[in-house]
Amino acid sequence: MSDVQETITRVHHEEWARVVASLTKRFGDLDIAEEAAAEAFATAVERWPEVGVPPNPGAWLTTTANRKAIDRLRRENKRDDKHKEAQMAYDEPPEPLGVIDDERLRLIFTCCHPALSMETRVALTLRMVGGLTVPEIARAFLVQETAMGQRITRAKAKIKAARIPYRVPDAEDLPQRVSGVLTVLFIVFNEGYLATGPDTDPVRHELTSEAIRLTRLIRALMPNDGEVAGLLALMLLTEARRTARVSASGELVPLDQQDRGSWDAAMVAEGHRLVRERLAAGVAPGRYQILAAINAVHTSARDVRDTDWSQVVALYGQLVRVDPSPIVELNRAIAVAELDGPEVALATVDRLSEKLDGYHAYHATRADLLRRMGQSQQARAAYDKAIELAGNTAETAYLTRRRDQLAAGPSEAS
Amino acid sequence: MQFLVSVLDDKTNSATPEEMTAITAFNERIIADGNWVFAGGLAAPSAATVVDNRGGDAIFTDGPYLESKEYVAGLWIMEAADLDAARELVTEASKACNRRLEVRPFL
Repeated sequence: MSDVQETITRVHHEEWARVVASLTKRFGDLDIAEEAAAEAFATAVERWPEVGVPPNPGAWLTTTANRKAIDRLRRENKRDDKHKEAQMAYDEPPEPLGVIDDERLRLIFTCCHPALSMETRVALTLRMVGGLTVPEIARAFLVQETAMGQRITRAKAKIKAARIPYRVPDAEDLPQRVSGVLTVLFIVFNEGYLATGPDTDPVRHELTSEAIRLTRLIRALMPNDGEVAGLLALMLLTEARRTARVSASGELVPLDQQDRGSWDAAMVAEGHRLVRERLAAGVAPGRYQILAAINAVHTSARDVRDTDWSQVVALYGQLVRVDPSPIVELNRAIAVAELDGPEVALATVDRLSEKLDGYHAYHATRADLLRRMGQSQQARAAYDKAIELAGNTAETAYLTRRRDQLAAGPSEAS
Repeated sequence: MQFLVSVLDDKTNSATPEEMTAITAFNERIIADGNWVFAGGLAAPSAATVVDNRGGDAIFTDGPYLESKEYVAGLWIMEAADLDAARELVTEASKACNRRLEVRPFL
């Protein structure tokens, strides 16, 4: 890649959301903003290699995009009254909100509005804030390009017609809306961290890094929000283990068998810094902060045997109080197994059977506990069920090997 | 701008006295706040007639244009600045009348 191309990629990352946001504010129309921003970047790709990168690329792009938008409005003869009529509803906040206002924040909250479906929020955020192209987003979620294009077009039309406001929610609404934004980012991250389908790579770095990049942006815009910091820390501490998570033969490597020396030390350090910052804040932590703290305990142990399991179990206990879902109970039981043995853990896990019977991790956990208890036959049945339900290729490979090792295990050797 | 708020139900005129009290209290408040434009209950779809005079020779069809288990049993028209303001009102309205509501902007 030439220097100019590298610069364009970097500027695209840094400036895309800003350009779209400032145009949306000016023209009151997401569609016009998106198209003009895309045209401005296309012009940059064409011109910069010849004439060089302008001294202030962001300003150049905003100016160019503004011009493109005005051209389009002129073409469509949509100026003045007609144009005003079509404007999205947004207003200046009547009083200071106590949060940093930035055009990009308005854009993020609009894309993650609760009146849109979750899959639409994810797609729209990746397009408008992340700057991913429609084909890229379609690939990420294994959807046809035309269907993804329509989803985004319909979303923009709904935002306009339903008068979804272009603004940062007021203080009363804010925690809930921030949590909605973080859910969108966590969905993107998780799809990259453990791809759900069998037709993609098991780990999709482009999605995890995009989720981290967007979470960093929100962190920069809302530096005092504990859950934003928590989610960023959680993502960093998870991403740090990425290369250790899949073996050369394409098999998932569980935490206790990973080569801890290959974890990304800088990401671990940054994650730990964020967790310490939240601890020092002395505010009751939310879900993401607790999950980050759990990951901080794991990544603090140089050897799996040094893991402070009582700390992990205590944190899961705290998490159960904030988020009493069966999946959290399941994860808590996995930690309990390390502290009190697999029998105690299995008793808890078995109580979740009704709620989690369709969840592969439930069966994988049971299989592992039963294996450790020497109950090979029951373990095999649980592995079978887990393999049947798991979609991720690396996970299926790991579970299959584990099951096949059982067959050769001493408890059943003839 | 104005929003149509449809009350979704599978029966008509079915509000309990407690629900009526809550609806009246809600209406009085939004009238005072300037968000009230109109509200009313509707007779069952079986009372509906579809009229088609596009061809100049009016055809009347007995019954609603669309058969469905749930239907619009009543409506509000509310005045609100944007969808977020409307959502707040409709969230309270849903609580007051104890029904699912659909909110839809006028053009």
